[in-house]
Amino acid sequence: MTPLLETRSLSYGHPGRTLGHDINLDVQAGEVHCVLGPNGGGKTTLFRTLLSLLPAHAGSIALGGIPLASCTSSERARLMAYVPQAGNSYFAFTVRDVVLMGRTAYLGLFAAPGVKDFDAANAALAELRIDHLADKSFTQISGGERQLALIARALAQESPLLILDEPTASLDFGNQTLILQEILRLKASGRSVLFCTHDPDHALQCADRALLLHQGNVLALGAPREVVTAANLHTLYGVEVELIEDVSRGFAFCRPRVRTLNSSL
Amino acid sequence: MNTRLPALTLAALALLFALTIIAFSVGRFAISPSDLLIVLWAKLSGGTHALPSTYDAVIFQIRGPRILAAILIGAALSGAGAVYQNMFRNPLVSPDILGVSSGAALGAVLAIFLALPILAIQGFAFAGGLLAVAVVYFIGNAVRGHDPILALILTGVVVGTLFGSGIALMKYLADPYNQLPAITFWLLGSLSSISPGDLWVAIPMVLLGLVPIFLLRWRMNLLSLSDDEARALGVNVSRMRMVIVTCATLITASAVAISGIIGWIGLLIPHAARLLIGPEFARMLPLSLLLGACYLLAVDTLARTMASIEIPPGVLTALIGTPLFLWLLAVTHSRARSGA
Repeated sequence: MTPLLETRSLSYGHPGRTLGHDINLDVQAGEVHCVLGPNGGGKTTLFRTLLSLLPAHAGSIALGGIPLASCTSSERARLMAYVPQAGNSYFAFTVRDVVLMGRTAYLGLFAAPGVKDFDAANAALAELRIDHLADKSFTQISGGERQLALIARALAQESPLLILDEPTASLDFGNQTLILQEILRLKASGRSVLFCTHDPDHALQCADRALLLHQGNVLALGAPREVVTAANLHTLYGVEVELIEDVSRGFAFCRPRVRTLNSSL
Repeated sequence: MNTRLPALTLAALALLFALTIIAFSVGRFAISPSDLLIVLWAKLSGGTHALPSTYDAVIFQIRGPRILAAILIGAALSGAGAVYQNMFRNPLVSPDILGVSSGAALGAVLAIFLALPILAIQGFAFAGGLLAVAVVYFIGNAVRGHDPILALILTGVVVGTLFGSGIALMKYLADPYNQLPAITFWLLGSLSSISPGDLWVAIPMVLLGLVPIFLLRWRMNLLSLSDDEARALGVNVSRMRMVIVTCATLITASAVAISGIIGWIGLLIPHAARLLIGPEFARMLPLSLLLGACYLLAVDTLARTMASIEIPPGVLTALIGTPLFLWLLAVTHSRARSGA
């Protein structure tokens, strides 16, 4: 099957400064891929390159078999949706207005959203169970609700692949769990998700594949249980981590070692 | 569901209509609404009326052009202000953020300094406005490695200051008995000397800028997002921004060229419209245009009837605008908090 997103020997970075080489990704329909790495490790730059917001330095990116460079901006938007962090500042749009903006790629230059677009926006709000927020001001809802609204906007975009830039950043514990739950729901509905996070547990919990980025380059790429190891995490973050596995229930999680002065637990 | 005009926009339209009738009626030569109707009907139907010909002169030669100018310039400045505030994601931005006013002012002051005729003053003002924005846009795009919006605004401020010092120099060098009053008068803005001929030039120019903005009004919302978001949603951000800056500059420069600098409207009216109807641009733009037209028409009518001499509207816009705006700020804030 043609992957939704495929990169071959991709080099990426800012103009004039290459950050990393040899990124080979294959995102198939219904898969969740997670990118892990420290701050400044290149996660955001890689995502911006995949979204065609930065030019690739070398190698190729294809969307559904079509080279990214030959897609128009609206073709690209129909194949791949971007969910930014909820921290950006916005005018006090209603949540519905924000979600409707996801319909841009389907609208003519001079057109405004019509009945079909309102239906798509309402369906997206319903799918994330935030219909009650539709007429609220985007600036007056909580961070978690804002992140859900931005995911709803990506759903209204009706693209099979969603790229989420640190969707759990600056959210509280409950909202982080809520977002992970939504990522698994998106997967269950057949969509593909590519997201990055600071928490290795997020990769272990809901990703099919994990990409570990170390100083821009690939440290490891594979099934989370195989690549999220104590050694790799030490390389990435420079801290001691213990992986605790429950083989019978089939899960694992990370426990960083925090030393106090007179004990080491 | 999008074709329905919000009640507020309809109310603003009614207000503009009422203000237009009042503006025709009041003044040193009072005209009752019924007489106004008789004269207008005679003009439209090509017939005659029994009223003295003074009525025709006042309505079509004196008040008509001025009222039309107030509506046009008020709408133009607040429309351009709405565009810039949306595009720069900043409600404190005015139409002259990219230096169009200071460029136009320098052009006009230069023409006055060189003792050129009125037409040349307007031409210089228009050219100066366009030139200033072209310079700002070119430099703002040339400095790489910065947030493009921030680069544009900072360049606008810096270039505006540079042009401002040029104006100050001209004022210093100008003949204090003839040129300096003319310069001051122009910098304060006025609608009193606008002729029908000026309008025939300015109306198509303003429409030329306004029509693309009006057509793109829904898509304008996306320019208020971060560039990355807008591009990922399928917008060609840099091309659209260039088109919009060109249009808004054309609008502002055409207005400023015939009226001089009338401050406040472009800052205050779009903000008021946003407080009243929300930031969604397709809803906000029509209200902003109408309120701008209403406001300048009301201010200009006051300016010519309040006292025996004309008060420059540039002075009145701020004098009336400040308390009005603060009141609006207070009222809408408390409403937002109560969740209504």
